[in-house]
Amino acid sequence: MSRLDSKAPSGPMAERWTRHKFDLKLINPANRRKFHLIVVGTGLAGSSAAASLAEMGYRVTALCIQDSPRRAHSIAAQGGINAAKNYPNDGDSVHRLFYDTVKGGDFRARESNVHRLAEVSTRIIDHCVAQGVPFAREYGGLLANRSFGGAQVSRTFYARGQTGQQLLLGAYSALERQVGAGRVKLLARREMLDLVVVDGVARGIVARNLVTGEYERHAGDAVLLCTGGYGNVFYLSTNAKACNVTASWRAHKRGAFFANPCFTQIHPTCIPVSGEHQSKLTLMSESLRNDGRVWVPLKSGDKRAPGEIPDSERDYYLERKYPSFGNLVPRDVASRSAKEQCDAKKGVGESGMAVYLDFRDAIARDSEDAVRARYGNLFQMYERITGENPYKVPMRIYPAVHYTMGGLWVDYNLESTIPGLFVLGEANFSDHGANRLGASALMQGLADGYFVVPATIAAHLAGRKLGPVTTDHAAFAEAESSAKERITKILGVQGKRSADSIHRELGLVMWNQCGMARDRAGLGQALEKIRALRSEFWENVRVPGDSKDFNQTLEHAGRVADFLEFAELLALDAQQREESCGGHFRTEHQTPDGEAQRDDEKFAHVSAFEYQGQAQAPKLHQEPLTFEIVHPSTRSYK
Amino acid sequence: MNAPTHQKGMRITLRVWRQSGPQAAGAFETHVLESVSPDMSFLEMLDVLNESLVGTGKSPISFDHDCREGICGACSLVIDGQAHGPDAETTTCQLHMRRYREGATITVEPFRANAFPVVRDLVVDRSAFDRIIAAGGFVSVNTGSAPEANGLPVPKPAADEAMDNAACIGCGACVAACPNASAMLFVAAKVSHLKLLPQGAPERESRVLAMVDAMDREGFGNCTNHYECGAACPKGIPVASIARMNREFLRASLTSTPPRAANSDA
Repeated sequence: MSRLDSKAPSGPMAERWTRHKFDLKLINPANRRKFHLIVVGTGLAGSSAAASLAEMGYRVTALCIQDSPRRAHSIAAQGGINAAKNYPNDGDSVHRLFYDTVKGGDFRARESNVHRLAEVSTRIIDHCVAQGVPFAREYGGLLANRSFGGAQVSRTFYARGQTGQQLLLGAYSALERQVGAGRVKLLARREMLDLVVVDGVARGIVARNLVTGEYERHAGDAVLLCTGGYGNVFYLSTNAKACNVTASWRAHKRGAFFANPCFTQIHPTCIPVSGEHQSKLTLMSESLRNDGRVWVPLKSGDKRAPGEIPDSERDYYLERKYPSFGNLVPRDVASRSAKEQCDAKKGVGESGMAVYLDFRDAIARDSEDAVRARYGNLFQMYERITGENPYKVPMRIYPAVHYTMGGLWVDYNLESTIPGLFVLGEANFSDHGANRLGASALMQGLADGYFVVPATIAAHLAGRKLGPVTTDHAAFAEAESSAKERITKILGVQGKRSADSIHRELGLVMWNQCGMARDRAGLGQALEKIRALRSEFWENVRVPGDSKDFNQTLEHAGRVADFLEFAELLALDAQQREESCGGHFRTEHQTPDGEAQRDDEKFAHVSAFEYQGQAQAPKLHQEPLTFEIVHPSTRSYK
Repeated sequence: MNAPTHQKGMRITLRVWRQSGPQAAGAFETHVLESVSPDMSFLEMLDVLNESLVGTGKSPISFDHDCREGICGACSLVIDGQAHGPDAETTTCQLHMRRYREGATITVEPFRANAFPVVRDLVVDRSAFDRIIAAGGFVSVNTGSAPEANGLPVPKPAADEAMDNAACIGCGACVAACPNASAMLFVAAKVSHLKLLPQGAPERESRVLAMVDAMDREGFGNCTNHYECGAACPKGIPVASIARMNREFLRASLTSTPPRAANSDA
């Protein structure tokens, strides 16, 4: 049997999930309490999974890296959540959401998974409303929708500019309800440092208590990784500072395949870098592109203030290049176009690494108050960070790393190549292909946690014979001592450089050579630099303090060490994928007018890497992708 | 925002609270930063200080932070006596150094409250808030059982007011600002959010009783109408919500059957 059996069902697309659920084994309610599940991470995917599984009767231990599950980075998602409700009567349907997502992902996602996502989307909204999520409403009291990220229908539900916050607080309250009921044991300020595999099955984890420094062993019948994406490999990203690849990477080293690591998403509307002190980038919802017009001066090097540049000397380049989508082209296209303009020395602001997003016309058309009602909080945030008033002066924006479509490989049940290890949300690779559509991340995290894994986990729990495993097992001792050894080694280097400075340097390499545009030679150089930085880390890092204490510098250093290993895999994947698709743009593979050129003959597959040890190149496996319903075509937004 | 104009590179003196653990005695430590960019956020300024501390083998200052865009609620800090610093409706991570003048001395302390013990330096333990939510800050609805979302219209003004309260980020500034270290604004925000929506109605009484009970057990003080909480709140949660919570509590105390933990269902 191939190790990459997607277990995707066959038969009519619209019936697959229903049939699959019927075919799955069930565990009777009285028996569920016999199973102990370990959920790592409490963002949308983790909180919703932990709560739902506990409601069903499973015993759950949930761990989070923050001081409270409510702070997971899902909280920062602004724009909204898609669902095929078709309330606006504008032609949406499950099929259309499915179609748009497969196409938007540039034909690199698994059709069966995407269809399931579109199907369960409507129930997510029902559930969140029942939890008390205060979605925006119309005057008649019914739910409001908006069009988002270039969708031709209005299918996005939102709660002001804080949709992620409200959905996470909904999932968090459900989780806390189960904590109060004694069905979930919640452990905050814990970091997973290794996965424990016993007889080929994931049976637990080793974690570190970040307050006391103690190592903890947690044994269970399944492990669910809901640990988010790896965008911080670029150092500067819109991710929160604690976002990291450690849990995924350690699982990878224990046998979980890593899929499509080169599929990273660069978001077009972020606040530009202001200086070397910059610690993270702030995204502004792309809903701004509904009313803002993107432009640069027609002449390169034009240093006049934006208000002094007449319309005839402005280049509204998105409207010019993509007349039918204009400013609403998908994220990858908008980001790449901004980079092209800046590379052509038409960028604006002090650094020249920004383009204008101008609300002048919207304010003239609809009034400043109308614009404030729509985007007030975003304008306020922009002004706080930049000190400029966007009602008077156009915003300056630049793309930033925002989301990672790649992740641990999972089958249709969301199970990785290690039996018993499930991966949910951004941490898995499954639904967005090479490019994620706006307002689809929240949908996927909650679909996985509320509706998919509660059904599919039974395939593992009831389908395999799971003998009792306790934390005395030798595999726990081995995992714990390897985690300890690594930390002792980091503390022992006692060199001259901070982990943060090495992380920054890694970020620059990744951004410049593995970011919005990539080529073979640049990726080769990146690989060399990553290896050199990794040596630099292990020879010259300096981490003060010790491991028996609350030591944030040590935590960060451990994560940087893993990013330095993972970065190489990302660059290798980008090098071997000799095509351009979605967020992966190889300059060698573009059409004469500069658009991404896919190679469906050679690359209509998932690239999944198997770890072969530190000194060995990873082994590449392929899961072929077949498109039965949505036939691959060239994405065109012209 | 009327930012005072600066040349690049301010000299800033920081008096920072250092405390090695919950039981240890703490003290202020003084650091001088020579060239602080006005474009830095307050936390980036601390990053720069920490880099230099690491460079000289000293122990960096611990502080909580995560999203750095004002929504996760992780960052805290009392800056010159004000929770989250001097700007209205601004978390510490969104406070920028252009707010300060060349030569300024800034005092930085942790959020102080009995219910928020210090973990280290500027980091405090706010898990009491999670326990209050676990006591009743939810609607008891199991996954899969929800009715169609548009089956129950919610008047827009009610939904908007619920959202005003739901915007709470659970940072604890209200507690830090209150002379009594009361958590009533935090609890009132959740009680109000769910009370204003029809979905919250079935547990209206049990919720407020259970949450207030949990709040008292955690050792938070009571409200004596100083309104410092509202002034410090980075999300502008209205203090009128406290009055609503008090009404709800009184109503529930008078009308409901003896209190039971909201969290006693199966």
